[in-house]
Amino acid sequence: MSSTLNAEPALNAGAHAAPPTPPAPPRRRARGAEGGARAAWFFLAPALFLVGVFFLLPVAASLLLSLTDFDIYAVADLSNARFVGLQNYVQLVHTPLFWTALKNTLYFALVGGPLSVIVSLGAALLLNARLVRFRGFFRTVYFAPFVTTLVAVAIVWRYLYHPRYGLLNYALGLFGVHPVDWLGDPHWAMPAIILLAVWKNFGYNMLIFIAGLQAIPDELYEAAALDGAGPVQSFRHVTLPMLGPTMLFVGVITMIGFFQLFAEPYVMTQGGPVGATTSLVLYMYDQGFRWWRMGFAAAIAFVLFVVMLVATWIQLRIQRAEEL
Amino acid sequence: MKRVRLLALAAVLLLGACAPRGTVTDPIQLSFWGMGREGEVVAQLIPEFERRNPGIRVEVQQIPWTAAHEKLLTAYVGEATPDVAQLGNTWVPEFAAIDAIAPLDSLIARSPQVSPAAFFPGIWATNEIGSTVYGLPWYVDTRVIFYRSDLLRAAGYDSMPTTWAGFRAALEAMRERMGPRQYPLLMPIDEWPPPVILGMQAGAPLLRDGGRYGGFEGPRFRRAFDFYLGLYRDSLAPAIASAEVANLYQEFARGNIAMYITGPWNIGEFGRRLPPGLQDRWMTAPLPGPAGPGVSTAGGSSLVIFRGSRHPEAAWKLIEYLSEPAQQLEFYRLTGDLPTLRAAWADTTLANNRYARAFREQLERVEPTPKVPEWEEIATRVYQAAEAAARGGVSAGDALAALDRDVDRMLEKRRWMLAQHAARPGAGR
Repeated sequence: MSSTLNAEPALNAGAHAAPPTPPAPPRRRARGAEGGARAAWFFLAPALFLVGVFFLLPVAASLLLSLTDFDIYAVADLSNARFVGLQNYVQLVHTPLFWTALKNTLYFALVGGPLSVIVSLGAALLLNARLVRFRGFFRTVYFAPFVTTLVAVAIVWRYLYHPRYGLLNYALGLFGVHPVDWLGDPHWAMPAIILLAVWKNFGYNMLIFIAGLQAIPDELYEAAALDGAGPVQSFRHVTLPMLGPTMLFVGVITMIGFFQLFAEPYVMTQGGPVGATTSLVLYMYDQGFRWWRMGFAAAIAFVLFVVMLVATWIQLRIQRAEEL
Repeated sequence: MKRVRLLALAAVLLLGACAPRGTVTDPIQLSFWGMGREGEVVAQLIPEFERRNPGIRVEVQQIPWTAAHEKLLTAYVGEATPDVAQLGNTWVPEFAAIDAIAPLDSLIARSPQVSPAAFFPGIWATNEIGSTVYGLPWYVDTRVIFYRSDLLRAAGYDSMPTTWAGFRAALEAMRERMGPRQYPLLMPIDEWPPPVILGMQAGAPLLRDGGRYGGFEGPRFRRAFDFYLGLYRDSLAPAIASAEVANLYQEFARGNIAMYITGPWNIGEFGRRLPPGLQDRWMTAPLPGPAGPGVSTAGGSSLVIFRGSRHPEAAWKLIEYLSEPAQQLEFYRLTGDLPTLRAAWADTTLANNRYARAFREQLERVEPTPKVPEWEEIATRVYQAAEAAARGGVSAGDALAALDRDVDRMLEKRRWMLAQHAARPGAGR
């Protein structure tokens, strides 16, 4: 739309410059621009159609769904679904488990997300150092957890976390620390899940960071060294600023991924103990696919969407403020 | 899987062999959905059925338990339901409520073979919604106590006490002989049956007003709940989730736990996984009650016919066949699932199994959980309340009040549906 509108003044200016000529050529050119727009629409149509059918339509449908009490009875007969307005959202706000799930999700994302970024940046720096040998080997080792099936990993970790026979408690015991009931204690269950998630996912971000690090020209480090900068200073004033875009990408992607916490608690704790590891997505899954309360589950999905939108927006703002 | 395919192949060949003898019409094709292990094994019972009914062919499809509920509902929405299916009996109210399964009363009345009186009454009742029967009980799953008989005897008991007070005293006596991190009873905090069974034993109506409201705050459930929580409070049972028990059989063998309330599948598991030296040192016992033997849950699976079936008569024939005592017994041999027919229990295979005896006795005292579609969600909520009270620092009264509040909300739609039904003239059921 805007391209055709912008085209008009330019064409008029051309017409003014040559008064004697009839207005036919500009009109033909205008038609050409219109034709261009039409062609653009034509070429965009397949993509727009797909986006519409597979994204906009479902989103609109689930928004509508979140305003009904669509449930198992409605599966039998659609007339059993009632339009309830914002009641699902009101009920959600009054459900303690929702707030627990929101708190848990924020806890996981705000502690686990940055931790994951720091760990992967640290690993990337280590692997990028000149002194490191067998670089390919370590890269593969660190990346391996990311491509391993979560269910298999979770079973092994459940043994590591076992209060009586677990390796972790055994190691802590050597330092005189009393055994911790990792997955059974409401205070420790989330840290245990975070530890697993960070370990499982840092390999992917690490690879992106390595690529980012390798893109930084050596001259910058040389110049910094000539100016007398030590390793800490050159990290702070060369590496970090140059990694800015990478950092933003990794930060946003990690945050979105961490907000969608589901598989780890689903496999390891089923959301327990006392709901300490129930995430928003797990809560939504339970409501939607276990109890078939589709309307209510759709409302949870939209709340999660808004939460993630806000989180991403804040992140972009912070990043932009840093760049200025 | 391979076996199923082989059998299917065998069936096809068999039928092929029959064809030249001249079947007048094409055979009726029945689809049967079985779940988990049962779905795997039932195929072995089918060839005999097909031999007796040359005009019917049965195609068995096995579905994992974890996906079964969702798949059945999706099939119902997509009008792709099987003719016959195995249905967890707590699902019967739900599938009846959405009109997915057919009432069987007229078929039962006409049947020369199936008689309600032949089944254990508690398990039969799970299939009765109002006064309509929607399924035949296929096998029964109830809970009894598995215990280390040597440890119980060492504590001064020759047999399991039959009252709550006696049971508690026995646990305390065992506790005294145990180490600091050993417990007489394993009762995982994330299992709903223990608090629900104790409530049923105390005579608590778990729901009130015909399943319209939660009834957990009533004095009877409260009494059961206090007894339940007391077992954790006094360290007679560890307040842990089942996932935190790395290997139940090992813990049992080591004497770290001495009792566990569980179901019939563990008869086989205990036999296989406990060390040989321990085999004559464990036993099963029916559940104790407030004052004498108590009730237990009537779990298990039923066989149902879907309304979408185009061959309900043939489907009923299959159900009739699977409900013969001989077939139930064969099924028990294949799976270890306990028969629902009294007649099947008279057979020596079962009568001589000393571990099954407690189940036989318990089956006379089983009761269905409330028959509302929302029950499974409510059950999950029950254990959450129990968990909050046992290790979340919430008082028993508060936990039960919160439970009733949530249950009332879960049942809101049901209340509305019942009101709609009552308002509509001529509405059945």
